Amino acid sequence: MAKIQIIAITISLLFLLYIVRLIIKGKLREEYSIVWIVCTIVLILFSFWRNGLELLATILGVYEAPNLIFTGAIFAIFIYLLHLSIVVSKLHSQNKQLAQEIALLKEEYIRKKEIKNAAVTKES
Amino acid sequence: MTKRIAAIVPAYNEETAIEAVVTGINEIAKSEQLAIDVVVVNDCSKDRTAMVIAGLPCIALNLPINLGIGGAVQTGFKYALQNGYDYAIQVDGDGQHPASEIPKIVKAAVDNSFDVVIGSRFISNEGFQSSTIRRVGISYFKWLNRLLLGIIVNDSTSGFRLINREVLKVVAEYYPDEYPEPEAIVVYSLKNFKIGEVAVTMKERQGGVSSIGTFASIYYMLKVTLAIIFTFTRMKFRK
Repeated sequence: MAKIQIIAITISLLFLLYIVRLIIKGKLREEYSIVWIVCTIVLILFSFWRNGLELLATILGVYEAPNLIFTGAIFAIFIYLLHLSIVVSKLHSQNKQLAQEIALLKEEYIRKKEIKNAAVTKES
Repeated sequence: MTKRIAAIVPAYNEETAIEAVVTGINEIAKSEQLAIDVVVVNDCSKDRTAMVIAGLPCIALNLPINLGIGGAVQTGFKYALQNGYDYAIQVDGDGQHPASEIPKIVKAAVDNSFDVVIGSRFISNEGFQSSTIRRVGISYFKWLNRLLLGIIVNDSTSGFRLINREVLKVVAEYYPDEYPEPEAIVVYSLKNFKIGEVAVTMKERQGGVSSIGTFASIYYMLKVTLAIIFTFTRMKFRK
């Protein structure tokens, strides 16, 4: 096994461990972790199976195997960024609804308190 | 039966102008015998707007975070809907929309049974006419509305507009965030609401800063064009 292989495998495994730790600690939600776990497994797979990449490149008709990595990786990143934009948009709209609800409830609360205070002063 | 009207005043850093706006509306309501309640929506102002409006005869809605003009106005719409108002009229917090024009807009809605009435600067061309770049934008939106919807709206960027309860139900659900005025017209039109326009005179802002700077004008046109086209497509094909 080449040196770079050992390094790649170690880093991939550490990365996988870190993701698992984040999930356990509740810092990363499961639905967002799937992408990371899949990516890490792919990395580990090709770290062990060095010829796999060459084979895949030949099958797909890519002349230089590293180009396949760049194309694949950039594509995956774009998709994931789009996914994050969708998540942010959803959060944005939920956030807006919450803020509006708070403003309305605050007003109602203050009004009710005033009515109650007025009633109390009347009684006394 | 008297119609209950909520005057929705979105305010962002308007501590200097807001008092005159609220008093102006209340005075008109009294002299014209209109059942208007002023609802000020403070969009998380950084100045003393919250303190100023707390001492004024109005309903104060204080947003905990800054939502932008669309989100602020929508808060007012939600309030009006939940509290059983028949109409909601939007009046800017910077004093651009004179309270004396409110009765004219309300009358137009009641007499012609319009669902939406827009106070327009460009029918009689009196009073403050806005900057050149803004007017170019307004002509462009006029053309775009005619092309897509087949209706003519002379002043589609005017925020001085009244909507009835049926429209309130729609805008409480969906109202655009940024630069909502031209896009809202597309929504109203595709929901088959009857839109009317009334000539009004506007003043130059009494305080505060416009939500649209010079550089932002290009962004404004692009964003609103996109929003109009997307809203149009979404509503046209979801029916």
